[in-house]
Amino acid sequence: MLCQECQQRQATLHFTKIINGEKTEFHICDTCAKDKGEYIPGSNSFSIHQLLSGLLDVDQPISSSGSGFMKPRAELRCESCGMTYRQFAEIGRFGCSNCYKTFNEKLDPIFRRIHSGNSVHGGKVPRRIGKDLHVHKEIERLKQQMQEFINSEEFEQAAKIRDKIRSLEKSLNDKKEG
Amino acid sequence: MSLRNFISEAISPWMKNEGPDADIVLSSRVRLARNLSKPPFPIAASKEQLEEVIDLVNKKCVTHTHRKFGELELLRMEDMKKNEKRVLVEKHLISPNLSDESKAGAVLLSEDESLSIMINEEDHFRIQVLLSGFQLTEGLRYANEIDDWMEDKVDFAFTENRGYLTSCPTNVGTGLRASVMMHLPALVITRQMNRILPAINQLGLVVRGIYGEGSEALGNLFQISNQITLGKSEEDIVDDLRSVVSQLIQQERAARESLLQQSKLQIEDRVFRSFGLLSYSRTMESKEAAQHLSNVRLGIDMGLIDNVSGNILNELMILTQPGFLQQYAGEILSPEQRDQRRASLIRERLKLEN
Ligand SMILES: [Zn+2]
Ligand SMILES: [Zn+2]
Repeated sequence: MLCQECQQRQATLHFTKIINGEKTEFHICDTCAKDKGEYIPGSNSFSIHQLLSGLLDVDQPISSSGSGFMKPRAELRCESCGMTYRQFAEIGRFGCSNCYKTFNEKLDPIFRRIHSGNSVHGGKVPRRIGKDLHVHKEIERLKQQMQEFINSEEFEQAAKIRDKIRSLEKSLNDKKEG
Repeated sequence: MSLRNFISEAISPWMKNEGPDADIVLSSRVRLARNLSKPPFPIAASKEQLEEVIDLVNKKCVTHTHRKFGELELLRMEDMKKNEKRVLVEKHLISPNLSDESKAGAVLLSEDESLSIMINEEDHFRIQVLLSGFQLTEGLRYANEIDDWMEDKVDFAFTENRGYLTSCPTNVGTGLRASVMMHLPALVITRQMNRILPAINQLGLVVRGIYGEGSEALGNLFQISNQITLGKSEEDIVDDLRSVVSQLIQQERAARESLLQQSKLQIEDRVFRSFGLLSYSRTMESKEAAQHLSNVRLGIDMGLIDNVSGNILNELMILTQPGFLQQYAGEILSPEQRDQRRASLIRERLKLEN
């Protein structure tokens, strides 16, 4: 059987993928398998990425003709790694952890389609960072409380809470240096 | 090198242990995708930034010995020959992507090769635990231990809302991919796979026939894994997969039983024809080899052949891949030469049994 990609070499890899009920057969040669990054098993599947780029809605570019008064919408761009939302939609990969923050408003529907309706993590929380997260949240809560006391001019209470916040912040910093 | 020595070097030590239900579940694999919070993911990082990831691991993780997995060895892709990398791919210890595409790829390997941590593949880290037989719960436990061990030393990208951040949105959340490799010849012979595969898919699991066409997968080997990584706990993901695998094991056993009762002659004939072909052929394609190895393995598991060890399918499926054939031959081989080598390696291997 000839390779379905190049139609030149003998196909040496034969397999089927079934993704969401759709069955696709592959017969490809070594060279094309390598080009595609496709292999058996445990490899990344390019078909998942193809599937994905179909899911991501790429904003249609605003045509220059016609509505000449409309300013093109500024494109989302990650400040850390420089990836734009359009690039993300094309390659189906995030460039860094900050991309998740930058594209956040667009991610819920994408995650829901990939993960059967889920968009929020429901699993493990790392021990060390998890503890810090908890402390950060507590600090946020206390800051709000402090503001409320200040607003109602209960400065003694506010000062108590300020001290609590300081000691929590100190514990975070100590851990970083230690 | 003698064949016996070659095999003992080629087969990962973890494969030699017989795990539970090893007659049907050849291996269990648990993988966790992790990234550092600061540097860009490999797809957007420079070679220098990725080298720093390797250096960090080298400094913080390699110098510490882990209590279960012992010392970990760091192998850089750029230091390895092409066929050496290919052999690691065929042992499922690294991906082809890490072998060929990474700007600065490396892998941390435990001595028994049951743990591999790929560095700078699609994510900074891919923690992978491979165990023989049906051991998904154990696999998850070990992978979690390694994850905790690493998390003590480096800062992972994690948010409360999205969980572990990964380069590909299909891995976000738990970063967990659990999978089993199953040998299901009786379900294929009795034509039940056509009915079963769509049902498994509906449960959010992915089935891949290996070396074959769907329900007629040659070698009758199927990889089954979870698809969803976000919104469920690691334990739930593994439990859901486990319960489907348990049902498949039962159905496969029932199908084998009914084959023995209703068509013993035909099954015996099929098994021994394959045994004959493997014992005497002079050239054999990998597809054909996979089919006959599957039949012989079925014969062993059903008690029809009793002088060949059951491990032969797992072992020869790996040994007859191009990289291993070339390593054994000590040279690069054309596809025709490989077919010839494959047939002769299988013949020699079967002779070792007597
Ligand atoms: Zn090709
Ligand atoms: Zn980014």
